[in-house]
Amino acid sequence: MISNPKTIIDIRNIVKIFQVGEIEVRALRGVDVAIKEGSYVAIMGPSGSGKSTMLNILGCLDRPTSGEYYLGGEDVATMDDDTLSVIRGKRLGFIFQSYNLIAQLTVIENIQVPLLYQGVNLKDYEDKCVELAELVGLKDRLDHRPTQLSGGQQQRVAIARSLINDPLMILADEPTGNLDSKTGKEVLELIDELNSQGKTIVMVTHDDDIAYRADRVIRMKDGRVDKDEYRQRA
Amino acid sequence: MLQLSLTQHQLLNTVKLGVKSLLLHKLRSGLTMLGMIFGVCSVIAMLAIGEGASHEAQERIKRLGSTNIIINSVKPPESQDDNNTSGKSFGIEYGLTYDDASRLQFTIPNVSNVLPMRIIRDNVRFNRNQEPCQVIGTLPSYTAMQKVDLVAGRFLSMVDQKHQRNVCVITSGLAARLFPYQSPLQSTIRVKDVYYQVVGLINETGTMDQRPQKDEMEGEPLDNNVYIPLSTAKTRFGETLIRRNAGSFSAEKVELHQIIVKMETTESVIAAEQQIKGLLKRFHNQNDYELIVPLQLLREAEATKRMFNIVLGSIAAISLLVGGIGIMNIMLATVTERTREIGVRRALGAKKKDIVTQFLIETVVLSIGGGTIGVMLGVLVPLLVSASTDMVTIITPWSVALAFGISGLTGIAFGIYPASQAAELDPIEALRHE
Ligand SMILES: Nc1ncnc2c1ncn2[C@@H]1O[C@H](COP(=O)(O)OP(=O)(O)OP(=O)(O)O)[C@@H](O)[C@H]1O
Ligand SMILES: [Mg+2]
Repeated sequence: MISNPKTIIDIRNIVKIFQVGEIEVRALRGVDVAIKEGSYVAIMGPSGSGKSTMLNILGCLDRPTSGEYYLGGEDVATMDDDTLSVIRGKRLGFIFQSYNLIAQLTVIENIQVPLLYQGVNLKDYEDKCVELAELVGLKDRLDHRPTQLSGGQQQRVAIARSLINDPLMILADEPTGNLDSKTGKEVLELIDELNSQGKTIVMVTHDDDIAYRADRVIRMKDGRVDKDEYRQRA
Repeated sequence: MLQLSLTQHQLLNTVKLGVKSLLLHKLRSGLTMLGMIFGVCSVIAMLAIGEGASHEAQERIKRLGSTNIIINSVKPPESQDDNNTSGKSFGIEYGLTYDDASRLQFTIPNVSNVLPMRIIRDNVRFNRNQEPCQVIGTLPSYTAMQKVDLVAGRFLSMVDQKHQRNVCVITSGLAARLFPYQSPLQSTIRVKDVYYQVVGLINETGTMDQRPQKDEMEGEPLDNNVYIPLSTAKTRFGETLIRRNAGSFSAEKVELHQIIVKMETTESVIAAEQQIKGLLKRFHNQNDYELIVPLQLLREAEATKRMFNIVLGSIAAISLLVGGIGIMNIMLATVTERTREIGVRRALGAKKKDIVTQFLIETVVLSIGGGTIGVMLGVLVPLLVSASTDMVTIITPWSVALAFGISGLTGIAFGIYPASQAAELDPIEALRHE
């Protein structure tokens, strides 16, 4: 018997208002979403509809103006900055559109960055870092710097980095946005693989083909959820 | 226990990270350190030179004896005038007297000893050798009042004084010039037409500053002294000294050229100075004496040194501050430049504290590195100065500690500000930074 998966994310009536001088920009106008562990969610919608804003809130990079957010059953609003840092470091993995690798560090060092803030001995994780580099196909590039890699390779380093701390959930904001369709496909296949291993994936994308890979597509419009469809995997 | 080892790893990682990012920007780090290096170096070097100079002055004053008050006879200005304008021979009488000496001895409280001296410029001969010298008539108690090292033989004795014996003690410098090939002891030397037997040889360290330095003395060795009993000096030289000056004669009657009053304690020196002045004023109708109070000079030298240190310290503090501002400047620029990196680190689990620590370690490494190099240079510069000139330099441990401490503190203080600024950024704000 398959047990019912737990709800990992539960946001209720989330509102995010940006104050730009005199003008109030209402990026999110009351969003309710619950995401179960192990699901693969694609967030779609026109530009400016609030996708990135929502993902940043889900990733505890930003705080909502109002509304409730329970991450793994805990109320995020009550957590202080240090606790949020720990959650980001231990439970979440980020993949950004612009890779966001640290330029002065090598591939292997970039993969290690999340470990630096967990107080672990890096030596104990050397094997795991190499394993992950192998997983993303960069085993022979460990000592290269980001500038010596192609965009696809950099994004793969970012994926390996998001996995080093064995997160519950991976948040990706247009991870293939800067890649050509072929390398984009390779990166997506890697993400599919992670989902099939049980990781929760929340990914923002503009591409319908990419969304087909997910088992749920949330369509945003003007800071609200427009449609929320569950689908059978393609 | 576990917690401790965890934070140790974390600290180690952060230190490595800081050093690494400094090494990535070698020029920038180097330039930042340069400010610290020059700051620290100049502080140590300046204080070492200042300390050396004032130490030398203080040593010279201390050699005069801090319980002593030195009274010199000086030719009063108006009689000097008379002497020069009138072409014919002219006798003047001035200066300290034997009466002054005994009055000082018996009326000034807390006096431990009074040493009268006659000092006569003349030439001393041994065989064919001739040397200019100072013949000093004094008492056996001289050795108790002045820093004198007996090299050979003995000093003048009460018996010599009592019997007005023609004996003398000479300084080792004079002995070396007069007697290049033999021991001077028991030899006889001649001053004017009188022969004196050499009974002792001394080394003197403290007299050069207190002898009346007459113009004609300049350029001559300072340790050409011949000591004879005061009683002998009185009978052999008389009280009137005749001097031949470009065709005219001048006669001076001076009983004593110098009186050294030794007090029992340093505390009584200042009061005694006033009492001596009052006493002498009563018996001298002209201003024919001067007082030198080494203790007073020492106090003045100390005050000057304090002033000097304050001025140097301020200059030093300013240069260190400038170095610190240099570090802050670089750190601010670095932080702005690396805001995105800070965002990434925050997104990947870095706490504010971690970011502060990272940047702080960078500044600490910079300022400690700069401070250390600065200390090394700061120690080297005074050594070079001492080696290449005859200036005395003294590197005091506290100046090294001060320079290093201030450079470290300014570096850290100016490092904390930009670092905490960087950490306060919202992760998402930092990430959006271009
Ligand atoms: N930091 C900010 N300050 C002010 N307004 C903001 C900020 N971030 C987002 N917004 C505004 O919020 C709205 C939603 O932005 P968001 O980035 O979430 O859109 P998006 O759906 O991700 O768009 P895209 O597909 O172009 O990335 C937009 O109108 C945007 O201008
Ligand atoms: Mg977006």
